[in-house]
Amino acid sequence: MISLKVNGVSRQFNGDPKMPLLWYLRDELGLTGSKFGCGTGLCGACTVHVDGAAVRGCITSVQMAANKDVTTIEGLDPNGNHPVQRAWREVNVPQCGYCQSGQIMSAAALLRQNPDPSDKQIIDGMAGNICRCGTYQRIFAAVRKAAEEV
Amino acid sequence: MAAIVNLSRRDFLKGTGAATALVIGANVLPGALMREAHAQATEAQPNLFVKIANDGKVTITCSRVEMGQGVRTGIPMMLADELEADWNRVAIWQAPGDADKYDPAGKDGQNTDGSRSTRHHLDVMRELGAGARYTLEMAAAQKWGVNIQDVYAKHHRIYNSRNGQSFDYGELVDVAAGINIPAGEAAPKLRLKDKSQWKYIGKDMPVVDNYDMSTGGANYGADISIPGMKIAVIARSPVYRGKVRSFDAREALKVQGVEKVVEIPALADDKPAEFRALGGIAVIGTNTWSVLEGRRKLKISWDLGPNRVHSSRTYDNKLRKSARKGGAVVRNRGDFDRAVKGAAKVVEKEYFVPYFIHTPMEPPAAIVDANVRPVKVWASTQSPNECRQYVAEALGVEKADVECWTTLLGGGFGRKSKPDFACEAAILSKMTGSPVRVQWTREDEIQNGYYHTVSAHVMKAGLDSRGKVVAWKHSGSWPSILGLWNPQQKTGFGIEYGLGMVDVGYDNVPNIRIENGEADIHIRVGWYRSVNNIQHAYAQNCFAYELAAAAGRDPLEMLLEMIGDADNMDLAKDGVKEYWNYGDPVEDWPVMPVRLSNVLKTVAQKAGYGKKLPKGHGLGLAVHRSFHSYVATAVHVVVHDDGTFSIPQVDTAIDCGRYVNPEGIRKQIEGAAIYGNSIARWGRITTKRGAVEQSNFHDYPITRISDAPLNVRVHIVEDFVNLRPCGVGEPGVPPYTPALINAIYEATGKRIYELPIGDKIKV
Ligand code: FES
Ligand code: FES
Repeated sequence: MISLKVNGVSRQFNGDPKMPLLWYLRDELGLTGSKFGCGTGLCGACTVHVDGAAVRGCITSVQMAANKDVTTIEGLDPNGNHPVQRAWREVNVPQCGYCQSGQIMSAAALLRQNPDPSDKQIIDGMAGNICRCGTYQRIFAAVRKAAEEV
Repeated sequence: MAAIVNLSRRDFLKGTGAATALVIGANVLPGALMREAHAQATEAQPNLFVKIANDGKVTITCSRVEMGQGVRTGIPMMLADELEADWNRVAIWQAPGDADKYDPAGKDGQNTDGSRSTRHHLDVMRELGAGARYTLEMAAAQKWGVNIQDVYAKHHRIYNSRNGQSFDYGELVDVAAGINIPAGEAAPKLRLKDKSQWKYIGKDMPVVDNYDMSTGGANYGADISIPGMKIAVIARSPVYRGKVRSFDAREALKVQGVEKVVEIPALADDKPAEFRALGGIAVIGTNTWSVLEGRRKLKISWDLGPNRVHSSRTYDNKLRKSARKGGAVVRNRGDFDRAVKGAAKVVEKEYFVPYFIHTPMEPPAAIVDANVRPVKVWASTQSPNECRQYVAEALGVEKADVECWTTLLGGGFGRKSKPDFACEAAILSKMTGSPVRVQWTREDEIQNGYYHTVSAHVMKAGLDSRGKVVAWKHSGSWPSILGLWNPQQKTGFGIEYGLGMVDVGYDNVPNIRIENGEADIHIRVGWYRSVNNIQHAYAQNCFAYELAAAAGRDPLEMLLEMIGDADNMDLAKDGVKEYWNYGDPVEDWPVMPVRLSNVLKTVAQKAGYGKKLPKGHGLGLAVHRSFHSYVATAVHVVVHDDGTFSIPQVDTAIDCGRYVNPEGIRKQIEGAAIYGNSIARWGRITTKRGAVEQSNFHDYPITRISDAPLNVRVHIVEDFVNLRPCGVGEPGVPPYTPALINAIYEATGKRIYELPIGDKIKV
């Protein structure tokens, strides 16, 4: 039995402790905001926070999150108004939107660690997240904008 | 009021009588439905594309599929504009696949593909909006007891021009719900707004799904769950049309959560692949992780079949030979052979472009309940009606017995117009008696997809003594998309020729010959964003640069001279038989060299072409027409001493005629540069003994923020804005790669004849 908190709610999990968080969140808890893009830690679509740090949900097992605080895109802000989310809408970032949960979670973690990142730090911090639609220019601009607010 | 159309206009009423009865509802609901609506009187539905609730909320039907191109914003904007609706009070309802009801343009059965949505829907969506506005005007006129001429609509209200009184749209619903506008000859004349009065068309609009997309609330294929649903992943043959010889599922079945392992029989040999399920071993269970674990534990012996001869190492060389040999002449102007004999200088170069795969961020997923009637499908599909058709075939039921609801698509790029994955879910649902979600993994997507074709191109040209291009020849070979329907297909076909090959815009070159050689097909070749335009634009633009160098001339000047400024290029005169013009008549969307030269000049000026650049810098140009749009790109590259390179600026000029959402255009063009950058830098799928060698983003990389151009400037060219709307989703891609490669040449003197470039330029 594994205990963990997801978006502030205590949860118990009895299944395979090796199950990646991504599938636990999506299939067991119905939190489908975290996305499956590669399953191997290469694209960032599944990014969630574990104790505030960005991790790839597809290669982080439930066991690794035992007794920790998991935050998903659904729990980032109660009204969806985290500065990063607001910046994302102001810059009109999304195209298909599929990568954007992961992008936003990566950006939020980046800005929490480093509220005033340099251009290079933004690029390094976001390089683990692929956007196939190619919204990088706006992602960059939105992280900049959010950095002014946090 | 510029345009007046007849409300009874029925040129979009294609199909059967039954269909017509419903589609008449596109203008006027049938009486019975109308009375029912009246009885409730809480909403009025002037047609199938707009509903007005008594609180004034307007719901607009989107019948096109959203995959990031902004169609759920752009298409409703057209209707909302004519309706004089307040955009803040508009909601969008996503129509299911039902071409009888939801294909108002009657052109493609809701297949959201080919950059068609805007150009085929601007007129009809405006008419539907104007029809709904007319209903509200009539309702207000009735309430006031005045003539309809005495009322007008403005921003969600109908005004009485005699006394200045007004009603909110919501206040008119009770009366509007009972209005049955006559159809046929008795139909009233509809007034369309003059473009000077447009409130949304032509103005920036953020996408309607922004909030959901930024909060995790947006639903894609795999986000749909229905009661009793099982999850399945499938092990498919590594080689196209290989078959299961035997399999052992014992270990797989031991995995907690795995419930069943079943075989989807291989598609019969006499059936072409099309969009059908090809077969494999499915692992079915209660959650995705379990079935993935189960699949890893399967032991399968494959009969790989004849396509195991397909190895890039040998196949590619055959393709090059075929292109050298040439074949069917698909365009012939003047006399190339004679002209080249008389030329002062002859240049010949070869270009090669490998297979690509789509890698939409969301791998394909579909949910099917095959055990109810109608059968229910939820799928991330671009083409819900073809999805219904193929699912029906897979189940042995009528298409009318299959319902298909589309989700948002996490990217499509042509992959998701092929509903093979929904067929798999349908077959499994029928076999197991439960609703089934089939989940593709990234490895599945890369190894079992529909590949952008590999191609070889031989370009040859003659220059006269003053350096003018007098003869141009392009000979290309590739395995054809037609192989999906005819596995024995050896050559390309009209659509592939029309994708930027026979319509090459060098209209001032007096002798042009374009040929197509043969190629065997060993894999599913399918369309991919921009399709064959990618390799055609690459070979043409890079070769033109090569010719400029051979002539010692400036490439921009040379390109402009080759293109000229004619306002029509008649391909029929050059022996092009049945030129395929993106499915549209050339009278409506002619090939216009003047628009090519215009965007090229624009981009050169915006990018500061001609100014002296520091060492290691280069500015490269390319221009191409595709999907009726004219796009020129200037890439500024910096090549560092170690061969790595960065791209400080990209300028793209696009002339897409009349446009709807400029913000949407900018986003598509920004994204096209990145898409092009992935192609140019990384795109390569290879096969070995029939199997695709790549499997995930480590060996099939996609441009990341760290190698992306982050300063893409988009210039929407207005000179031909009064002409018909053209495509936007795809046309930005083709010119990017040649512009980058030409820039690298300017920076280093190095030519690149084969894609991809890789992470470094080997100087
Ligand atoms: S799905 Fe987890 S990194 Fe791609
Ligand atoms: S918005 Fe489509 S993958 Fe990023």
